[in-house]
Amino acid sequence: MRPISRRRALALGAGSAAVAALAWSGNAKATPKDAAEAIAKFTGDKTAEKGKISIELPEIAENGNTVPLKVSVDAPMQADNYVSDILVIADGNPLPRVVTFRFTPMSGKAVASTRIRLATTENIIAVAKTTGGQVFTGQKLVKVTIGGCGG
Amino acid sequence: MAATPRLKLPSQAKKGDIIEIKTLLPHPMESGQRKGKDGKPIPRKIINKFVCTFNGKPVFTADLEPAVAANPYMEFFAKVEESGTFKFTWTDDDGTVTTAEQKITVT
Repeated sequence: MRPISRRRALALGAGSAAVAALAWSGNAKATPKDAAEAIAKFTGDKTAEKGKISIELPEIAENGNTVPLKVSVDAPMQADNYVSDILVIADGNPLPRVVTFRFTPMSGKAVASTRIRLATTENIIAVAKTTGGQVFTGQKLVKVTIGGCGG
Repeated sequence: MAATPRLKLPSQAKKGDIIEIKTLLPHPMESGQRKGKDGKPIPRKIINKFVCTFNGKPVFTADLEPAVAANPYMEFFAKVEESGTFKFTWTDDDGTVTTAEQKITVT
């Protein structure tokens, strides 16, 4: 495989996309199965309910290197029942796990934002756990123009 | 490499307020997926853990993976009931720990 830095790939312009894609293919790529395994490990034997989670992401991310992400869970943060963990998964990244947010009742609300890398057009899946034993899940598709890993 | 973290949070709040906290630490977050000019993979070097505590009690923690973008940015909330100090800790793969603190007055 021809080594090519991302910076150079960008400098070469649109034509380089194919080259970058070639460079990319050498890396291990996660499958939806890996993503499902990561989620299963996180939730244990509980079944996740859809809804309650909102994922804010741009519909089209031009640069997969830094994509703003905001996850919020619509659940009260009381001392005896609060959202303790949110796992974010990108099912097309070489490593599906993206970030895990851990909250306490002192967090006030289960909302967090960061910036993430996305390799390709893929689904972002968020899974949240509450101390009361509930599990929520939500997902969103993001179109990525230029991938943000490897290259 | 001791980079200076950036913090953005109010210095004053009312008791019971939920305040917004924004943090950023300059860091390359080398993912371990990239290859260098010699074709060899560049070893992974990322911030793998971020912790925020208030007066010693945990508020928010994040486990970061290589899929977090360079210069890890975190935005989250905290409910404040008393005056005190927020402490932020970033842990690097190589064990380097970067910390920052900011006081808040709660009335």
